[in-house]
Amino acid sequence: MLLLIPLLPFLGFVVNAFLGRRLSKSISGGLACGAIIAAFGVAVVSVLRMLGDPAGALQQDVFTWIASGRVNVPFSLRLDHLSALMILVVTGIGSLIHVYSTGYMHDETDGEYARYFSYLNLFASFMLVLVLGANFPVMFVGWEGVGLCSYLLIGFWFRKQSAADAGKKAFVVNRIGDFGFVLGMLLIFATFGTFDFQQVAAAADGRGIEHGLGVMTIATLLLFLGATGKSAQIPLYVWLPDAMEGPTPVSALIHAATMVTAGVYMIGRNAVLFSHAPTTLAVVAAVGVATALMAGTIGLVQNDIKRVLAYSTVSQLGYMFLAMGVGAYAAGIFHLYTHAFFKALLFLGSGAVIHALAGEQDLRNMGGLKKYLPVTYWTFLIGALAIAGIPLLSGFFSKDEILFRTYTSTNSSAKLLWTIGAITSLLTATYMFRLVFLAFHGERRHEAPAAPAHPEEEEPAAHAAHAAHGHADHIHDAPPSMAIPLIVLAIGSVVAGYVGVPHALGGSNRIESFLEPSFEVSESARRTQTLGAEATPAAPEGVRAASLERQEQAGEAAEHGSSEELMLMAISSGIAIAGILIAAYFWLRNRPAADAMARRMHGAYNLLLHKYYVDEIYDAAIVQPIKIISTSGLWRGVDAGLIDGAVNGLGQTIRAGSGGLRRVQTGSVRTYAASLFLGVVLILGWYLLRS
Amino acid sequence: MVSLNHYLVLSGILFAIGTAGVFLRRNLITVLLSVEIMLNAVNLTFVAVGRYLNTVDGQIITFFVMTVAAAEAAVGLALVISLFRHRETLNPDAFTVLRW
Repeated sequence: MLLLIPLLPFLGFVVNAFLGRRLSKSISGGLACGAIIAAFGVAVVSVLRMLGDPAGALQQDVFTWIASGRVNVPFSLRLDHLSALMILVVTGIGSLIHVYSTGYMHDETDGEYARYFSYLNLFASFMLVLVLGANFPVMFVGWEGVGLCSYLLIGFWFRKQSAADAGKKAFVVNRIGDFGFVLGMLLIFATFGTFDFQQVAAAADGRGIEHGLGVMTIATLLLFLGATGKSAQIPLYVWLPDAMEGPTPVSALIHAATMVTAGVYMIGRNAVLFSHAPTTLAVVAAVGVATALMAGTIGLVQNDIKRVLAYSTVSQLGYMFLAMGVGAYAAGIFHLYTHAFFKALLFLGSGAVIHALAGEQDLRNMGGLKKYLPVTYWTFLIGALAIAGIPLLSGFFSKDEILFRTYTSTNSSAKLLWTIGAITSLLTATYMFRLVFLAFHGERRHEAPAAPAHPEEEEPAAHAAHAAHGHADHIHDAPPSMAIPLIVLAIGSVVAGYVGVPHALGGSNRIESFLEPSFEVSESARRTQTLGAEATPAAPEGVRAASLERQEQAGEAAEHGSSEELMLMAISSGIAIAGILIAAYFWLRNRPAADAMARRMHGAYNLLLHKYYVDEIYDAAIVQPIKIISTSGLWRGVDAGLIDGAVNGLGQTIRAGSGGLRRVQTGSVRTYAASLFLGVVLILGWYLLRS
Repeated sequence: MVSLNHYLVLSGILFAIGTAGVFLRRNLITVLLSVEIMLNAVNLTFVAVGRYLNTVDGQIITFFVMTVAAAEAAVGLALVISLFRHRETLNPDAFTVLRW
């Protein structure tokens, strides 16, 4: 049953990949959508069955994958509360994006269209394997799979150099992270002797909290390196903004439903392990909040509509890691879930804008689109309000939960983390509404006075047809296949947060209690653990004490915190509104002020516009040295010098030796006869003398 | 009484004469003749040892050697004739084209 969930999109991929060329667009698109929607159906049924199950989890051992000595890895899928939420997000949001894509990609040729949908299906399939995997190797299959699919989809228009480069960049950067993930995974196996998440959790629990730099800390740090690659955190976030070269629905898929959530999910999945390594958690929180702030500031000045959204994703992911880092796993996953709605909405909305403007992505060439694109405008506005954290929309609840949990966390610099988080929240509101005002309000601008930073990213073929009926005289709003997902996502962006209404507002924070079991050691795993290792009888008590303590803390927090939480909530709502007002002042009322500001702080502005020159620094510090080492060291030195030298040298030695030896061939019969005779004498003599 | 040793010594002398002829003579036909002497020296050994051991193996081998010697002589003489047509000489030192 569980296997069907990733298998259905995979079948869609197989059919489209092998027969896609011969299928018409409506068939290949319909097939892909059908596959993912069916997977959504199966996911819903499975989740309902899981909730009815007394154990609170479903497990399916599909087959024994690796059985070799001590290593025994079954290909197991496991559905618990955490993965239930994830599969619903992946298949649900994924379905909407598939449907949207049928409209967005309609100008591609049949073959390309089928190729696109086969990749999309494969992407969803691998993501489902990732979230359903019951042990590290199975998760790793999905982990690598989504990396591959992101490469394929970002470089979908591979005839365009920048798209091909961006795909390559995403792949290479992800590989660096994956390297850490593999090392972490193997270290965990070497330490605990198991790959299974639950058994790892139980074993980690038996060890007690580890301070300093022990084996669990190193393993979790390595896993976190993997997470920074997938989830675009410092230092490996650089691929995500470039990933905007892909088709817009792909960006939506990568940013909302698949791929970037993998890192956050992985930490949530190993919550017990991470909880036992406080050093790692501090690193996670610091990296998260730094990324959030950095990406937020960059987002403030970018001119490409999709790039702003990309940095906004990086920034929101930073929030999620901040939540993970302060131990508020449920809050992080909650934000992941609400973020999926509004970020998908924002990307699809920006896709509708780009589609309507025949491929135009530069904000400076937009403006006044509100009256041409009413559906897009209103849905986009809802998404922007949600991400800004305006009260009663989904983003408000999740972001607030994170900030509150940060504020009350035991982290030694909790207040600093909270302050940076709050500043980032101000930035979020500002850059989102800058986007809204520049794109949808004001006058329609055709050509930017300055040469656009990203001159008409011509998406080959895709928008060529649109260019014909593109410009202002005939801007059309999203067709139904694109409008319906937008509307559904807009509704989702409004209501998705109500599963997590905090106690302070009279809610019950249902999502937290729903997810809680996934962040603890399950009973069955603990039982096998205690059976297996009777040497640590203290462990279960410790565990019970810890969980009791946790419950107490939660209760305390509920009592103590409620007034504090209300105050924080008011502050962050105020911040969000202030952010919007700032944006309104600069980009709606008084645009020259924004330009004047940019001129006055021209150093800072340039720094942000060039994204802190991180790409340039990486290029100078890493890419160029590698190139130099590869070119002059490995290529000219080792390959051409050493290896080719050895091969050629051998040839030359033999040639020279033979040149000498062939002088023996004198042509004189008598010499030959003499050497023959001498040889016979020598051989016979040797035999005679030997005996 | 003529013992085995006598035959072997005679054979050795014949073989040495033949070898010397192969190396020292400057006429290809003489060289071929010297080769024949060497072969016959070997034949003598075979027959003598066969007699000594009371078997016929030595004689059988000798027949083989004689057959091969006949073939060799035929081919050798044909080659000598054709070489002579090329260079008008029978000196083996004149034919050193087949070298490096």
